[in-house]
Amino acid sequence: MVSDLEMSEPTDERNDALRAGTPAPAFELKSTPDESVRLDDFIGRRLIIAFYPADWSPVCTDQMALYNEILPEFQRLGAALVGISIDHAWCHVAFARSRNLHFPLLADFHPKGEVAQAYGVYDDEIGMSERALFVIDEEGVIGWSHIAPIGVNPGADGILAALESMAAAPVPA
Amino acid sequence: MSVVFERPRLTVPVSERDHVLGPATAPVTLVEYGDYECPFCGAAHPIVKQVRQVMGDDLRFAYRHFPLSQIHPHAYQAAEAAEAAGAQGRFWEMHDLQFANQDRLGPRDLIGYASTLDLDLERFVTDLRSHAYAGRLREDFLSGVRSGVNGTPTFFVNGMRHDGGYDLETLLEALRAEL
Repeated sequence: MVSDLEMSEPTDERNDALRAGTPAPAFELKSTPDESVRLDDFIGRRLIIAFYPADWSPVCTDQMALYNEILPEFQRLGAALVGISIDHAWCHVAFARSRNLHFPLLADFHPKGEVAQAYGVYDDEIGMSERALFVIDEEGVIGWSHIAPIGVNPGADGILAALESMAAAPVPA
Repeated sequence: MSVVFERPRLTVPVSERDHVLGPATAPVTLVEYGDYECPFCGAAHPIVKQVRQVMGDDLRFAYRHFPLSQIHPHAYQAAEAAEAAGAQGRFWEMHDLQFANQDRLGPRDLIGYASTLDLDLERFVTDLRSHAYAGRLREDFLSGVRSGVNGTPTFFVNGMRHDGGYDLETLLEALRAEL
């Protein structure tokens, strides 16, 4: 059994993703053409951020569909979920509708990839974010991060283990 | 990338709680996490049947539910229906009927299959209405999530996730490698 600490150790030398213990960089991104979501909206709750390369791509679609199903379990563990990619809010709206997604997809569109860069997970060569996961605690500090190879769906096991290992789980209202 | 990924392992081993075909003493156990409305699972269904035929008593097969209900609106109730049929001893017959009729999994269709299988319909409908097997479905789903099931179908061969294809040849090769 790998300990949670070891799980949060990045194993890839190219991994510049912000680590556990780092304050999560603030952001304000469009979730729809006329609504924005800010990191501060989640203070007092846990937040899972799933950076993914692109709406509609097969692996991203499977990954988002999986998280959509697991959403009640995330909520039971006191966590909200957002997805972030470089797609425009209009694209997110269509993608979310087609997959019946129940969590916000945020548009890291302009300036392109700025938030992904702040979290250390922007891949400049391909012009998209990497497939990266962050679990942020109630105070806005990163509790766990993970980068998966771009073609691999990282699943939800690591997120659930991180949420469970974070102390003092809040009681859902 | 330099990351080496270990293949995920099945976190909840096959036990009496599972729906199982084949002898408990078989040297190879194949576990499938599936969704009755998923076309890929539908395609895998006859392959699993062939694999079971070829492997005979060397194979034990177990099926667990992993309905992606936000994409497949009938998948969850179909899984409940399989469990409700299972409570009356006809899990596998319902399982086969549903995979054979993936685009007909509405409530009336399910009751029709229950009737075909000569089930106690009153009990079947009560089980569906009361979501009698919701706890079991959640157990299956979470055991899948914790074992690295990221979509359907996902197979495990003797407890290790099978990351190869599930055409007859590839699946048989993976199973025979365990003999």
